[in-house]
Amino acid sequence: MKEAHHKADEKTYKFGMVIDLDKCTGCGACMVACMAENNLPFRKDNSDRLRSNLWMRVYKISNGRSFPDLDISFIPRPCQHCEGHGHHAATPCVSVCPATATDYSHETGIVSQVYTRCFGCRYCMAACPYHVRVFNWWDPTWPKGMSKYLNPDVSVRMRGVVEKCSFCYHRYQRAKNKAYAEERRELHEDEYQTACTQACPAGAITFGDLKNPEHKVYKLKKSPYAFRLLEKLGTNPKIYYVSTRDWVRKAGDVYLGKEGKDVTHA
Amino acid sequence: MSTTEEKEQAVAENEQAKGGDEQAAEVAPVKPGTWRFLIPIAAFALGFMSHFSLGWVILPPILYAEKQQPIDFSHKLHVDEVGDCEGCHYFREDGSFSGIPELENCAECHEEAMGEDPEEAKLITEYIEPGKEIPWLIYARQPQCVFFSHAAHVKMGEMDCAICHGPIGDSDHVRPYQYNRLTKYSRDIWGWNIAGLSKNGWDYLKQADNSGEIKIEHAARMKMDDCAECHMEKRGTHDACFVCHK
Repeated sequence: MKEAHHKADEKTYKFGMVIDLDKCTGCGACMVACMAENNLPFRKDNSDRLRSNLWMRVYKISNGRSFPDLDISFIPRPCQHCEGHGHHAATPCVSVCPATATDYSHETGIVSQVYTRCFGCRYCMAACPYHVRVFNWWDPTWPKGMSKYLNPDVSVRMRGVVEKCSFCYHRYQRAKNKAYAEERRELHEDEYQTACTQACPAGAITFGDLKNPEHKVYKLKKSPYAFRLLEKLGTNPKIYYVSTRDWVRKAGDVYLGKEGKDVTHA
Repeated sequence: MSTTEEKEQAVAENEQAKGGDEQAAEVAPVKPGTWRFLIPIAAFALGFMSHFSLGWVILPPILYAEKQQPIDFSHKLHVDEVGDCEGCHYFREDGSFSGIPELENCAECHEEAMGEDPEEAKLITEYIEPGKEIPWLIYARQPQCVFFSHAAHVKMGEMDCAICHGPIGDSDHVRPYQYNRLTKYSRDIWGWNIAGLSKNGWDYLKQADNSGEIKIEHAARMKMDDCAECHMEKRGTHDACFVCHK
């Protein structure tokens, strides 16, 4: 019944990412690319994590041991675009939004955020287990002249609304626009890629349609080393992580009690 | 029940008592109470008329301002010459839509005057000769938070231009550009369809059809409600917001 809202000829996707944590060097290029692409304002000191808004954030975790056993890993964390199981309201943020400002799309599998509908109750921020949602405490400002470099495809958010990663949805629309002009409905894999994917110098991020066997992500997500963050919550996220290191996989799943005793978060 | 009966009795007695005097005059005076039923009707009519005229006549010009286009322009004449809409409003290669033509498009034909119309003379002396773009006022310009794909509607949806823009190709003159004084948005793109009235053309082509011959089949339908209505019919309601709102 999920697809009942769509006409038979309408192409549906399930966009997702596979991020190889063994390749990630923590350089932060994805964060910068995301900010530039999505018109995210920045502060003079953007290292203040409580006050800076990032859609893509790179966390650093450590196995907590001392040298020579010390190991660290970086976890780039965009919106996980949770599908949930069954009905669309299983997405944590969608299920609580009183304004229908956020919704799960069965066409793309993307969790939307409509800034003009959001009135800033921040219920979704409380509901999101991944802390991907950020709130605009201030109207955005840019250094003089820099507002001319804003991306016209992404609207600038005002004070008082919640925002989050949209998988560069405007790029999907632009790609679709081009496809329609060429009178075809299906997008090629390389036509729609997110900014962070293209910016990653290590090639750690792979983006594509998770249910299309021809896309790279389809194969990568089936790796025995793949895991998803907080999988036990049943949010069914669309970001897969790959790491050959056991402690990283355990940390990603956030095992509790005994299970996680050798994992600390830095 | 009992009170009305009592009243009726009282009125009847009153009439009997007065009857003798009035027969002499042979004119029945207005009896107290008989005309009072008019009071609520008159009050309602007065209230209705004043609020109706407030909403339909007085408030709209306060809320909406009007501007004239820089050049009066006949779409009808140009469609006859060029053949179709896409001669001037075309798609670019990447699928984006060109929208309002640039001066270059106009200059292709109007480098020199083709007729004796004073509006054409204005186009040439004020814009083409100095090479200045015409500051057209765009009825359909969307706010910054809106994404719209012409390709999706025209190429894939196979929709006619007139479904949203109205039969603008048949107009002899441009109509005034109306915009909301508060939001500065065009009146064509935002607001409610009160009881579906915009379908009947109350806000479209009133000035444009002054020849009196143009048959208006339907008006421009570009308000958000219009979009939503059609999308609901064609696609269902899900993820409707994010399709257009960015």
